[in-house]
Amino acid sequence: MRTEEVLDLYRKMVEIRKFEEKSAELYTQGYIRGFCHLYIGQEAVVTGIVPHYTDKDSMITSYRDHGHMLALGVDAKYVMAELCGKISGCAKGKGGSMHLFCRALNFYGGNGIVGAQVSIGTGLAFAHKYNSDGGVAFVFYGDGAANQGQVYESFNMAALWKLPVLFILENNRYALGTSLSRSTAMASLEHRGDPFGIRTVLVDGMNVLEVLQKSKDAINHIRAGGGPIILHVDTYRLRGHSMSDPGTYRARSEVEAVKNKRDPIKALAQVIHTNYGVTKRILETLEEGLQEEINKAAEVAINAPPPPTSQLSMDILV
Amino acid sequence: MRVSVRNALREAMVEEMRLDRKVFLIGEEVGRYEGAYKVSKDMEREFGATRVIDTPITEHGFTGLGVGAALAGLRPIVEFMTFNFAMQAMDHIINSAAKIRFMSGGLLSCPIVFRGPNGIPRNVAAQHSQCFASWFAHVPGLRVVAPYTSEQAKCLLKAAIRIDDPVIFLEHELLYSREFPFNKKLELMPLDKAIIMREGTDITLTAFSISLDHAIKVADILQEKHGISAEIINLISLSPIDKSTIIESVKKTGRIMNIEEGWSVCGVGSEIISIVTANAFDYLDAEPTRICSFDAPIPYAKNLEEAALPKIADVVRAAVLLCKGKRKQEV
Repeated sequence: MRTEEVLDLYRKMVEIRKFEEKSAELYTQGYIRGFCHLYIGQEAVVTGIVPHYTDKDSMITSYRDHGHMLALGVDAKYVMAELCGKISGCAKGKGGSMHLFCRALNFYGGNGIVGAQVSIGTGLAFAHKYNSDGGVAFVFYGDGAANQGQVYESFNMAALWKLPVLFILENNRYALGTSLSRSTAMASLEHRGDPFGIRTVLVDGMNVLEVLQKSKDAINHIRAGGGPIILHVDTYRLRGHSMSDPGTYRARSEVEAVKNKRDPIKALAQVIHTNYGVTKRILETLEEGLQEEINKAAEVAINAPPPPTSQLSMDILV
Repeated sequence: MRVSVRNALREAMVEEMRLDRKVFLIGEEVGRYEGAYKVSKDMEREFGATRVIDTPITEHGFTGLGVGAALAGLRPIVEFMTFNFAMQAMDHIINSAAKIRFMSGGLLSCPIVFRGPNGIPRNVAAQHSQCFASWFAHVPGLRVVAPYTSEQAKCLLKAAIRIDDPVIFLEHELLYSREFPFNKKLELMPLDKAIIMREGTDITLTAFSISLDHAIKVADILQEKHGISAEIINLISLSPIDKSTIIESVKKTGRIMNIEEGWSVCGVGSEIISIVTANAFDYLDAEPTRICSFDAPIPYAKNLEEAALPKIADVVRAAVLLCKGKRKQEV
């Protein structure tokens, strides 16, 4: 892999991290309200997958969606403005943090109902097959959604009809405050595709290079008409479920341990430094540049006007 | 020429599928079995299993799948074997289909039709007997239409398939086999306009779907036996509701009665009463009234089921009381 490619991954992960840290800041200052779910700790998942995403493909995820928009290349200012409820946001401020969309990039949200995006995403895959357009639907869901019945209704149809869909299970260990062992009869989710004959690929979600490699193989298989695959991505949420989560359900030491030993950004920085000989100074300069961009996006969002009241009666029916 | 509602519905789907490859039919038993009520007869043969798609019994899943396909630009017709089974899929109808245009700031649209029999088909007990019109009509972002005649079935379904909104299309099992006069040349009908079926001067009767049977019989009896002239409005659209047609009619007649199979609480009748009291209060000569099913789950036993449904004699009596200007307590 070329140095520039690895640096691109690093740049994207840092952008997401900085964006989320800024979101937390704006939340505590009252510029962002309601629900706000941060992606901190999980950056390597979407970052490692997106390089395989083409303009024929489509993507959908849950309400933890800021990172997906940024990874796809949407300018942070549209995302931040949406979080702040401004007319310049990607959904005119009418969706907010949980309902981000990008029509041009076939990103379908941004879904607030846990698990619903798996059925809708299977429909995106259905459309790819119906149109024979060669596209693949990238469908993200979490370990919480993995206990929703419709996920398995969707697996069944996806396998039955050999739909071009990559199911990406972002297993961050906690469904809001309920750990996997407290929510799931078989503590592992690795065999959930078995009854449908859907192959599951295990991935270390804290290692972006592994995500990149394993998702590439899976997507090639799907694109060649092989039917659905599940990527079981082992990851961790370093912040609360949402901004209003006090985090009483897990030990601080557990979070600290992951932060110190498995942080995907630190891990990649180490690889870049050791294997590619990029100096810390270069990485720091890169980080500072991204921080400036995010600061600017936040400033623009804060100063942008809210949607006019006339927006209330628009976009309901044609 | 007379055509059954069933064939009119099929004609609408077939014509639209011939015109636009993006249109497809999906649901339980719609293909090989040709529909539980045979609405999709011969369709799999013409369009193949890629466009007339049999699903597993998995309403939540295939409704979500339909919504996803619609967001991606296809135009699905999702058949529910009956609307009772749509309850399993309510989340996708409400939270996914109805809201996505608004919450995406108009970026996305969801051109999808959810259709199937709704209401009380007789003898099938509580879980298969219910009118869901007011449930769906409550939610902004959905269109809710209910045809009565074969022409309406065809022209409204074609319009529903073509519009870029999610449409709840409420059919009735007891109307499928009924034949109505049919003009084959008719194409589209507006999805949000009520139709004045019969003009009258003394009382307005509003109804939709099978309840128009009641309205027509009641109007006949009122005319023949009581010399009362009833105006009949076929509501067609339960959302958005055609307020102006209702208000104009009440301004003329001074009295209104809604007849429906649904229950009374927060029903379509409640909404009609609210519309006329808010917009034509000074024109009312009697209290606006609703006739509904009795507020109980629909029973199986024949006598109980009959007792639960609106009855012609009761409706006539209530209408006569309104028109004679007598309040209930005075009788």
